[in-house]
Amino acid sequence: MMEERLKKSIKLVKKGDQTAFEDIVSYYQNNVFAICFRMLGSKHEAEDLAQETFIRAYVNIHSYDENRKFSTWLYRIATNLSIDRIRKKKPDYYLDAEIKGTEGLTLYSQIPNDQVLPDNEVESLEMQAYIQKEIMALPAKYRSIIALRFLNELSLKEISDVLEIPVGTVKTRIHRGREALRKRLRHV
Amino acid sequence: MSCDKEIVEMMHQYLDGDLDKSEEKKLRAHLQSCQACQHHFHELKRTVALVTANVDLQPSPDFTKKVMSQLPTEKKRNSVIRWMRVHPMITAAAIFFILMMSGVFSAWNQDQLSYPTGKNLIVKNDIVIVPEGVTINEDIEIQNGNVKIEGKVNGDVIVINGEHLTASAGAVSGDIKQIDQIFSWLWYRLKELGQSVFDLTK
Ligand SMILES: [Zn+2]
Repeated sequence: MMEERLKKSIKLVKKGDQTAFEDIVSYYQNNVFAICFRMLGSKHEAEDLAQETFIRAYVNIHSYDENRKFSTWLYRIATNLSIDRIRKKKPDYYLDAEIKGTEGLTLYSQIPNDQVLPDNEVESLEMQAYIQKEIMALPAKYRSIIALRFLNELSLKEISDVLEIPVGTVKTRIHRGREALRKRLRHV
Repeated sequence: MSCDKEIVEMMHQYLDGDLDKSEEKKLRAHLQSCQACQHHFHELKRTVALVTANVDLQPSPDFTKKVMSQLPTEKKRNSVIRWMRVHPMITAAAIFFILMMSGVFSAWNQDQLSYPTGKNLIVKNDIVIVPEGVTINEDIEIQNGNVKIEGKVNGDVIVINGEHLTASAGAVSGDIKQIDQIFSWLWYRLKELGQSVFDLTK
Protein backbone atom coordinates (compact mmCIF):
# COMPACT_ATOMS: atom_id res chain seq x y z
CA MET A 1 0.00 0.00 0.00
CA MET A 2 1.32 3.36 -1.09
CA GLU A 3 -0.26 5.10 1.90
CA GLU A 4 1.51 2.81 4.33
CA ARG A 5 4.79 3.18 2.51
CA LEU A 6 4.55 6.96 2.60
CA LYS A 7 3.72 6.93 6.30
CA LYS A 8 6.82 4.87 6.86
CA SER A 9 8.91 7.26 4.80
CA ILE A 10 7.64 10.23 6.78
CA LYS A 11 8.56 8.46 10.03
CA LEU A 12 12.03 7.78 8.69
CA VAL A 13 12.49 11.40 7.62
CA LYS A 14 11.45 12.49 11.10
CA LYS A 15 14.12 10.21 12.47
CA GLY A 16 16.70 11.89 10.32
CA ASP A 17 16.83 9.64 7.26
CA GLN A 18 17.12 12.19 4.49
CA THR A 19 16.99 9.66 1.65
CA ALA A 20 13.48 8.59 2.68
CA PHE A 21 12.29 12.04 1.64
CA GLU A 22 12.84 11.12 -1.99
CA ASP A 23 9.78 8.87 -1.94
CA ILE A 24 7.65 11.70 -0.66
CA VAL A 25 8.87 14.15 -3.28
CA SER A 26 8.35 11.82 -6.20
CA TYR A 27 4.88 10.87 -5.00
CA TYR A 28 3.55 14.38 -4.43
CA GLN A 29 5.52 16.40 -6.97
CA ASN A 30 2.81 16.51 -9.67
CA ASN A 31 0.09 17.64 -7.29
CA VAL A 32 2.24 20.27 -5.63
CA PHE A 33 3.46 21.52 -8.99
CA ALA A 34 -0.11 21.71 -10.29
CA ILE A 35 -1.21 23.84 -7.32
CA CYS A 36 1.70 26.23 -7.84
CA PHE A 37 1.15 26.39 -11.58
CA ARG A 38 -2.55 27.10 -11.29
CA MET A 39 -1.83 29.86 -8.82
CA LEU A 40 1.19 31.44 -10.50
CA GLY A 41 0.55 30.69 -14.14
CA SER A 42 4.17 30.16 -15.08
CA LYS A 43 5.94 26.86 -15.30
CA HIS A 44 9.24 28.33 -14.25
CA GLU A 45 7.84 29.91 -11.11
CA ALA A 46 5.75 26.89 -10.31
CA GLU A 47 8.81 24.64 -10.47
CA ASP A 48 10.71 27.01 -8.23
CA LEU A 49 7.92 27.24 -5.67
CA ALA A 50 7.16 23.53 -5.73
CA GLN A 51 10.80 22.90 -4.85
CA GLU A 52 10.63 25.41 -2.04
CA THR A 53 7.46 23.71 -0.79
CA PHE A 54 9.30 20.40 -0.40
CA ILE A 55 12.34 22.00 1.19
CA ARG A 56 10.13 23.75 3.73
CA ALA A 57 8.29 20.53 4.40
CA TYR A 58 11.58 18.77 5.03
CA VAL A 59 12.95 21.44 7.33
CA ASN A 60 9.70 21.62 9.31
CA ILE A 61 8.86 17.94 9.26
CA HIS A 62 8.81 17.85 13.07
CA SER A 63 5.86 20.20 13.15
CA TYR A 64 3.81 17.78 11.02
CA ASP A 65 1.28 15.89 13.14
CA GLU A 66 1.25 12.28 11.96
CA ASN A 67 -2.40 11.87 12.95
CA ARG A 68 -3.38 14.27 10.22
CA LYS A 69 -3.23 13.90 6.50
CA PHE A 70 0.22 14.63 5.13
CA SER A 71 -1.13 15.94 1.82
CA THR A 72 -3.23 18.54 3.63
CA TRP A 73 -0.16 19.81 5.46
CA LEU A 74 1.95 19.79 2.29
CA TYR A 75 -0.65 21.55 0.13
CA ARG A 76 -1.05 24.19 2.82
CA ILE A 77 2.66 24.98 2.52
CA ALA A 78 2.30 25.15 -1.28
CA THR A 79 -0.73 27.45 -1.24
CA ASN A 80 0.73 29.71 1.44
CA LEU A 81 4.00 30.05 -0.46
CA SER A 82 2.10 30.78 -3.68
CA ILE A 83 -0.06 33.42 -2.03
CA ASP A 84 3.06 34.99 -0.48
CA ARG A 85 4.73 35.05 -3.86
CA ILE A 86 1.72 36.69 -5.49
CA ARG A 87 1.59 39.30 -2.73
CA LYS A 88 5.28 40.06 -2.96
CA LYS A 89 5.11 40.71 -6.66
CA LYS A 90 5.96 44.25 -7.52
CA PRO A 91 3.80 46.27 -9.89
CA ASP A 92 5.71 44.77 -12.81
CA TYR A 93 3.86 41.59 -11.98
CA TYR A 94 0.84 43.10 -13.66
CA LEU A 95 2.96 43.67 -16.71
CA ASP A 96 3.79 40.01 -16.49
CA ALA A 97 0.16 39.15 -16.12
CA GLU A 98 -0.50 40.63 -19.55
CA ILE A 99 1.64 37.99 -21.12
CA LYS A 100 0.53 35.12 -18.96
CA GLY A 101 -1.02 33.51 -21.99
CA THR A 102 2.30 33.30 -23.78
CA GLU A 103 3.96 32.01 -20.65
CA GLY A 104 1.44 29.27 -20.62
CA LEU A 105 2.30 28.61 -24.22
CA THR A 106 5.97 28.17 -23.46
CA LEU A 107 4.99 25.37 -21.14
CA TYR A 108 3.37 23.50 -23.96
CA SER A 109 5.85 24.50 -26.62
CA GLN A 110 8.52 22.53 -24.79
CA ILE A 111 7.54 19.46 -26.70
CA PRO A 112 10.34 18.53 -29.11
CA ASN A 113 9.92 19.96 -32.58
CA ASP A 114 10.37 16.69 -34.35
CA GLN A 115 7.29 15.38 -32.62
CA VAL A 116 4.41 16.16 -34.92
CA LEU A 117 1.22 16.60 -33.02
CA PRO A 118 -2.21 16.04 -34.42
CA ASP A 119 -4.14 19.25 -34.98
CA ASN A 120 -6.71 18.65 -32.33
CA GLU A 121 -4.03 18.10 -29.72
CA VAL A 122 -2.30 21.36 -30.60
CA GLU A 123 -5.69 22.88 -30.27
CA SER A 124 -6.15 21.45 -26.85
CA LEU A 125 -2.67 22.65 -25.77
CA GLU A 126 -3.55 26.12 -26.91
CA MET A 127 -6.80 25.67 -25.14
CA GLN A 128 -5.00 24.79 -21.93
CA ALA A 129 -2.90 27.92 -22.19
CA TYR A 130 -6.05 29.91 -22.75
CA ILE A 131 -7.80 28.33 -19.78
CA GLN A 132 -4.82 29.05 -17.55
CA LYS A 133 -4.84 32.65 -18.73
CA GLU A 134 -8.48 32.93 -17.73
CA ILE A 135 -7.76 31.35 -14.36
CA MET A 136 -4.98 33.86 -13.82
CA ALA A 137 -7.51 36.64 -14.28
CA LEU A 138 -9.27 35.49 -11.11
CA PRO A 139 -8.23 36.64 -7.64
CA ALA A 140 -5.69 34.34 -5.94
CA LYS A 141 -8.20 32.97 -3.45
CA TYR A 142 -10.26 31.55 -6.29
CA ARG A 143 -7.20 30.20 -8.05
CA SER A 144 -6.20 28.13 -5.04
CA ILE A 145 -9.72 26.72 -4.85
CA ILE A 146 -9.66 25.83 -8.53
CA ALA A 147 -6.29 24.12 -8.17
CA LEU A 148 -7.33 22.11 -5.13
CA ARG A 149 -10.84 21.26 -6.23
CA PHE A 150 -10.64 20.71 -9.96
CA LEU A 151 -7.07 19.58 -10.39
CA ASN A 152 -6.25 17.62 -7.29
CA GLU A 153 -9.90 16.77 -6.65
CA LEU A 154 -9.81 17.34 -2.93
CA SER A 155 -13.01 17.12 -0.91
CA LEU A 156 -14.56 20.31 0.44
CA LYS A 157 -13.47 19.30 3.95
CA GLU A 158 -9.87 18.79 2.82
CA ILE A 159 -9.83 22.16 1.07
CA SER A 160 -11.16 23.74 4.23
CA ASP A 161 -8.30 22.10 6.16
CA VAL A 162 -5.65 23.16 3.65
CA LEU A 163 -6.76 26.78 3.46
CA GLU A 164 -7.87 26.95 7.09
CA ILE A 165 -11.22 28.47 6.20
CA PRO A 166 -14.72 27.14 7.01
CA VAL A 167 -16.36 24.64 4.64
CA GLY A 168 -19.11 27.20 3.99
CA THR A 169 -16.55 29.68 2.69
CA VAL A 170 -14.98 26.98 0.52
CA LYS A 171 -18.39 26.30 -1.04
CA THR A 172 -19.05 29.97 -1.69
CA ARG A 173 -15.66 30.35 -3.34
CA ILE A 174 -16.13 27.27 -5.48
CA HIS A 175 -19.51 28.55 -6.64
CA ARG A 176 -18.19 32.02 -7.39
CA GLY A 177 -15.04 30.73 -9.03
CA ARG A 178 -17.02 28.34 -11.19
CA GLU A 179 -19.45 31.08 -12.12
CA ALA A 180 -16.64 33.51 -12.98
CA LEU A 181 -14.89 30.91 -15.12
CA ARG A 182 -18.15 30.03 -16.84
CA LYS A 183 -18.45 33.61 -17.99
CA ARG A 184 -14.83 33.66 -19.16
CA LEU A 185 -14.87 30.31 -20.89
CA ARG A 186 -18.35 30.30 -22.40
CA HIS A 187 -17.05 31.27 -25.86
CA VAL A 188 -14.32 28.67 -25.99
CA MET B 1 -32.02 35.75 -16.40
CA SER B 2 -35.57 35.64 -15.23
CA CYS B 3 -34.95 32.63 -13.05
CA ASP B 4 -34.47 32.48 -9.37
CA LYS B 5 -30.93 32.63 -8.02
CA GLU B 6 -31.93 29.58 -6.08
CA ILE B 7 -31.82 27.47 -9.23
CA VAL B 8 -28.24 28.53 -10.02
CA GLU B 9 -27.27 27.83 -6.44
CA MET B 10 -28.79 24.38 -6.81
CA MET B 11 -26.72 23.78 -9.93
CA HIS B 12 -23.56 24.46 -7.95
CA GLN B 13 -24.73 22.28 -5.12
CA TYR B 14 -25.44 19.54 -7.61
CA LEU B 15 -21.92 19.86 -9.03
CA ASP B 16 -20.53 19.65 -5.49
CA GLY B 17 -22.58 16.52 -4.84
CA ASP B 18 -24.55 18.38 -2.20
CA LEU B 19 -28.11 17.84 -3.47
CA ASP B 20 -30.41 15.22 -2.06
CA LYS B 21 -32.74 13.20 -4.28
CA SER B 22 -35.79 15.43 -3.97
CA GLU B 23 -33.79 18.60 -4.64
CA GLU B 24 -32.18 16.94 -7.62
CA LYS B 25 -35.64 16.11 -8.96
CA LYS B 26 -36.67 19.71 -8.57
CA LEU B 27 -33.60 20.90 -10.47
CA ARG B 28 -34.13 18.40 -13.26
CA ALA B 29 -37.75 19.40 -13.63
CA HIS B 30 -36.80 23.03 -13.91
CA LEU B 31 -34.01 22.41 -16.41
CA GLN B 32 -36.40 20.47 -18.61
CA SER B 33 -38.80 23.37 -18.72
CA CYS B 34 -36.34 26.29 -18.83
CA GLN B 35 -33.97 26.73 -21.70
CA ALA B 36 -31.97 29.58 -20.16
CA CYS B 37 -31.15 27.52 -17.08
CA GLN B 38 -30.40 24.48 -19.17
CA HIS B 39 -27.86 26.54 -21.09
CA HIS B 40 -26.37 27.92 -17.89
CA PHE B 41 -26.06 24.43 -16.47
CA HIS B 42 -24.33 23.13 -19.58
CA GLU B 43 -21.86 25.98 -19.47
CA LEU B 44 -21.05 25.21 -15.86
CA LYS B 45 -20.52 21.52 -16.58
CA ARG B 46 -18.34 22.41 -19.53
CA THR B 47 -16.29 24.83 -17.45
CA VAL B 48 -15.60 22.11 -14.91
CA ALA B 49 -14.65 19.72 -17.71
CA LEU B 50 -12.29 22.32 -19.19
CA VAL B 51 -10.42 23.03 -15.98
CA THR B 52 -10.38 19.39 -14.95
CA ALA B 53 -9.30 18.10 -18.36
CA ASN B 54 -6.34 15.76 -18.37
CA VAL B 55 -3.88 18.54 -18.07
CA ASP B 56 -0.49 17.00 -18.18
CA LEU B 57 0.93 19.33 -15.60
CA GLN B 58 4.30 17.98 -14.64
CA PRO B 59 7.44 19.48 -13.22
CA SER B 60 10.78 18.85 -14.89
CA PRO B 61 11.94 15.22 -15.04
CA ASP B 62 14.75 15.81 -12.56
CA PHE B 63 12.51 17.61 -10.07
CA THR B 64 13.06 15.11 -7.26
CA LYS B 65 16.82 15.18 -7.78
CA LYS B 66 16.85 18.96 -7.64
CA VAL B 67 14.89 19.00 -4.39
CA MET B 68 17.09 16.36 -2.78
CA SER B 69 20.26 18.25 -3.67
CA GLN B 70 18.91 21.40 -2.03
CA LEU B 71 18.01 19.86 1.31
CA PRO B 72 20.09 21.23 4.14
CA THR B 73 22.86 18.87 5.12
CA GLU B 74 22.55 17.91 8.72
CA LYS B 75 25.21 19.16 11.06
CA LYS B 76 27.28 16.27 12.26
CA ARG B 77 26.61 16.70 15.91
CA ASN B 78 22.88 17.00 15.25
CA SER B 79 22.95 13.74 13.44
CA VAL B 80 24.90 12.14 16.29
CA ILE B 81 22.31 13.26 18.83
CA ARG B 82 19.52 12.19 16.53
CA TRP B 83 21.17 8.83 16.07
CA MET B 84 21.42 8.42 19.84
CA ARG B 85 17.74 9.28 20.23
CA VAL B 86 16.75 6.83 17.55
CA HIS B 87 18.89 4.05 18.99
CA PRO B 88 18.64 4.39 22.78
CA MET B 89 19.44 0.73 23.43
CA ILE B 90 22.62 0.74 21.39
CA THR B 91 23.62 4.02 22.97
CA ALA B 92 23.00 2.66 26.45
CA ALA B 93 24.92 -0.51 25.63
CA ALA B 94 27.83 1.51 24.27
CA ILE B 95 27.94 3.70 27.35
CA PHE B 96 27.66 0.62 29.56
CA PHE B 97 30.61 -0.87 27.73
CA ILE B 98 32.66 2.30 28.09
CA LEU B 99 31.88 2.45 31.80
CA MET B 100 32.92 -1.14 32.16
CA MET B 101 36.17 -0.53 30.34
CA SER B 102 36.91 2.55 32.35
CA GLY B 103 36.72 0.65 35.58
CA VAL B 104 33.61 1.98 37.26
CA PHE B 105 32.58 -1.56 38.06
CA SER B 106 35.68 -2.14 40.02
CA ALA B 107 35.02 1.12 41.81
CA TRP B 108 31.66 -0.29 42.78
CA ASN B 109 33.16 -3.45 44.07
CA GLN B 110 35.57 -1.71 46.34
CA ASP B 111 33.57 -1.47 49.48
CA GLN B 112 35.52 1.53 50.49
CA LEU B 113 33.79 4.44 52.08
CA SER B 114 34.07 7.57 50.01
CA TYR B 115 32.84 11.04 50.75
CA PRO B 116 33.83 14.59 49.93
CA THR B 117 36.78 15.73 51.94
CA GLY B 118 37.64 19.15 53.20
CA LYS B 119 34.03 19.93 54.05
CA ASN B 120 34.21 19.55 57.83
CA LEU B 121 32.43 16.22 57.71
CA ILE B 122 32.85 13.82 60.61
CA VAL B 123 33.12 10.08 60.06
CA LYS B 124 32.12 7.68 62.83
CA ASN B 125 31.74 3.91 62.25
CA ASP B 126 30.96 4.23 58.55
CA ILE B 127 28.57 7.07 59.25
CA VAL B 128 29.33 10.34 57.58
CA ILE B 129 27.98 13.18 59.66
CA VAL B 130 27.32 16.70 58.59
CA PRO B 131 27.74 18.25 62.01
CA GLU B 132 25.54 20.87 63.50
CA GLY B 133 26.59 24.37 62.53
CA VAL B 134 28.17 23.19 59.28
CA THR B 135 26.61 24.34 56.01
CA ILE B 136 27.58 22.73 52.71
CA ASN B 137 26.68 24.73 49.65
CA GLU B 138 26.80 21.98 47.05
CA ASP B 139 25.70 18.44 46.28
CA ILE B 140 27.42 15.73 48.27
CA GLU B 141 27.87 12.11 47.40
CA ILE B 142 28.58 9.39 49.92
CA GLN B 143 29.48 5.92 48.78
CA ASN B 144 29.49 2.74 50.86
CA GLY B 145 28.41 4.44 54.03
CA ASN B 146 25.47 5.97 55.83
CA VAL B 147 24.88 9.62 56.28
CA LYS B 148 23.51 11.67 59.09
CA ILE B 149 22.75 15.32 58.58
CA GLU B 150 22.72 17.53 61.60
CA GLY B 151 23.85 20.67 59.88
CA LYS B 152 22.68 22.03 56.54
CA VAL B 153 23.15 20.96 52.93
CA ASN B 154 22.15 23.42 50.26
CA GLY B 155 22.07 20.83 47.53
CA ASP B 156 21.34 17.18 46.84
CA VAL B 157 22.54 14.33 49.02
CA ILE B 158 23.32 11.17 47.13
CA VAL B 159 23.88 8.03 49.12
CA ILE B 160 25.25 5.15 47.15
CA ASN B 161 25.11 1.78 48.81
CA GLY B 162 24.18 3.31 52.10
CA GLU B 163 21.39 4.97 54.00
CA HIS B 164 20.33 8.37 55.02
CA LEU B 165 19.74 8.15 58.76
CA THR B 166 16.64 10.17 59.24
CA ALA B 167 16.82 10.59 62.97
CA SER B 168 18.87 13.68 62.41
CA ALA B 169 17.37 17.13 62.58
CA GLY B 170 19.42 18.84 59.89
CA ALA B 171 18.16 20.35 56.69
CA VAL B 172 18.69 19.42 53.06
CA SER B 173 17.45 21.88 50.47
CA GLY B 174 17.77 19.47 47.53
CA ASP B 175 16.84 15.84 47.05
CA ILE B 176 18.08 12.91 49.05
CA LYS B 177 18.76 10.00 46.80
CA GLN B 178 19.56 6.53 48.01
CA ILE B 179 21.04 4.24 45.46
CA ASP B 180 21.39 0.66 46.67
CA GLN B 181 21.40 -1.47 43.60
CA ILE B 182 24.18 -1.66 41.12
CA PHE B 183 21.72 -1.13 38.30
CA SER B 184 20.10 1.89 39.74
CA TRP B 185 23.54 3.18 40.48
CA LEU B 186 24.52 2.54 36.88
CA TRP B 187 21.35 4.17 35.70
CA TYR B 188 22.18 7.18 37.77
CA ARG B 189 25.66 7.29 36.27
CA LEU B 190 24.28 6.88 32.76
CA LYS B 191 21.84 9.69 33.25
CA GLU B 192 24.63 11.86 34.52
CA LEU B 193 26.87 10.94 31.63
CA GLY B 194 24.06 11.38 29.12
CA GLN B 195 23.31 14.77 30.57
CA SER B 196 26.88 15.88 30.23
CA VAL B 197 27.04 14.55 26.67
CA PHE B 198 23.96 16.58 25.77
CA ASP B 199 25.31 19.59 27.60
CA LEU B 200 28.50 19.35 25.58
CA THR B 201 26.63 19.31 22.33
CA LYS B 202 24.50 22.31 23.13
ZN1 LIG C 1 -34.77 28.77 -15.41
